[in-house]
Amino acid sequence: MINFSEVSETNAMIEKENLDVRTITMGISLLDCIDSDLETLKKNIYNKIYKSAKDLVRTGEEISHDYGIPIVNKRISVTPIALIGGSACRSTDDFVELALTLDRAAKDVGVNFLGGYSALVSKGMTGADRLLIESIPDALSRTDLVCSSVNVGSTRTGIDMDAVRLLGRVIRQTAEKTADRDSLGCAKLVVFCNAPDDNPFMAGAFHGVTEADRILNIGVSGPGVVKKALESVHGESFEVLCETVKKTAFKVTRVGQLVAREASERLGVPFGIIDLSLAPTPAIGDSVADILCEMGLEYAGAPGTTAALALLNDQVKKGGVMASSYVGGLSGAFIPVSEDQGMIDAVKAGALSLEKLEAMTCVCSVGLDMIAIPGDTSASTISGIIADEMAIGMVNQKTTAVRVIPVIGKGVGEQVEFGGLLGYAPIMSVNPFSCEEFIKRKGRIPAPIHSFKN
Amino acid sequence: MKRAIITVVGKDTIGIIAGVCGYLAQNRINILDISQTIVSGYFNMMMIVDVSGLEKSFGDMADELAALGRDQIGVQIKCQKEEIFDLMHRI
Repeated sequence: MINFSEVSETNAMIEKENLDVRTITMGISLLDCIDSDLETLKKNIYNKIYKSAKDLVRTGEEISHDYGIPIVNKRISVTPIALIGGSACRSTDDFVELALTLDRAAKDVGVNFLGGYSALVSKGMTGADRLLIESIPDALSRTDLVCSSVNVGSTRTGIDMDAVRLLGRVIRQTAEKTADRDSLGCAKLVVFCNAPDDNPFMAGAFHGVTEADRILNIGVSGPGVVKKALESVHGESFEVLCETVKKTAFKVTRVGQLVAREASERLGVPFGIIDLSLAPTPAIGDSVADILCEMGLEYAGAPGTTAALALLNDQVKKGGVMASSYVGGLSGAFIPVSEDQGMIDAVKAGALSLEKLEAMTCVCSVGLDMIAIPGDTSASTISGIIADEMAIGMVNQKTTAVRVIPVIGKGVGEQVEFGGLLGYAPIMSVNPFSCEEFIKRKGRIPAPIHSFKN
Repeated sequence: MKRAIITVVGKDTIGIIAGVCGYLAQNRINILDISQTIVSGYFNMMMIVDVSGLEKSFGDMADELAALGRDQIGVQIKCQKEEIFDLMHRI
């Protein structure tokens, strides 16, 4: 039977160390909504989302109450809209109409975000893909809850550099259209390589076409819990360090597994995967950078950071897979800058540069995330940053992503405030040398040799 | 059997156990195990209870217990279903 110290440990994790289930994300397929008439399509999309997710928020709150575990976000991901709107949308404005419909549905069911205003163009763009991508600046400036992502590369297909070039411009336009809100629109746009179909985390969640009609994916988190556990093994060997991270990751993931099982049962929707990511928040003590410091670094970004992060990422997975049979999504340690107080401190102290972050993305779960850059950064430089990050993902057979925010009207050293879970960030400097001639080239970068496995 | 864990934490005073147990009896909740200590004037108690006889919803009962602790006894009372502890601490 459960004993006193186990109960105290669990409750201390929740009350003092910010253990939570970060998100319950319901994936909803919109493939059966497709129609060539835009009005019918909008009606179908709204009805499907409303009918599927109307009880999601209430159920999440009930589970949270029963077990005493906070469930921070309830979200929806949908089939990439470029596929759904392909036959009905003739212009970028038509796609924006769909974004407005998604926003209305998300607000009516009460979720925090809805992801899937997306296109999958890792080898090439259809007409609809291109229209959707070009509509992103308008869509994100005119909606509140819609998140957008574009997958521009994969290990199997290479990188679509035409899409990379286009997205450099789209990110700049999105920043300009939301300049009055510190270019917040860009915080809702992710560019991916090897995007997973079942990621529950925003802004990059979408419901892949290989998924069932409806599915529940759960994202767990707990950087504070890992940090606290590591405090108790200060100065011990790497073996003890690894063992401690694994045990903690196991415990954190089991909570996610419980919530997943309950939610699936109560909503009558099959459980998909648990994403066992260490996702930081701006709250004090909920930081991945603090874990790296606890391992023995003065600041995140100091020499040794990439090794420490690689160890952390690997041990989180090893502990987590034991706790659930269906682990998926991104799974690992997130290193967003604006959402992590320790990362913000590291940037302010001059310990962490964009180049070091890029190195860290080789071994973390995703990529360059929530990084504010100067507002005068050119579209081709943004495309260059994207291309570098996509190449890392393609060659290393991992998911990588770019979510950078060129903050219009602000420069290096200034600060930008996004609010809520998105946090705040000092603007980081970008390498000033040009890559314009490289980005101007047309076509795609071929898949690497090790992708030919057949 | 549906088990839940009740934890009570707060400054020690007369009638904490009586207050909690009175509520449990009224609501047909059977106590299976109690452990309790006082650490430097602070009262700590954990109860394992069977809630299968409960007639109201689990959430309502947890809210009422929390309110009883806050408004009448002056302690913090939490009631959680047992699985969260079981899953976390048992393979």
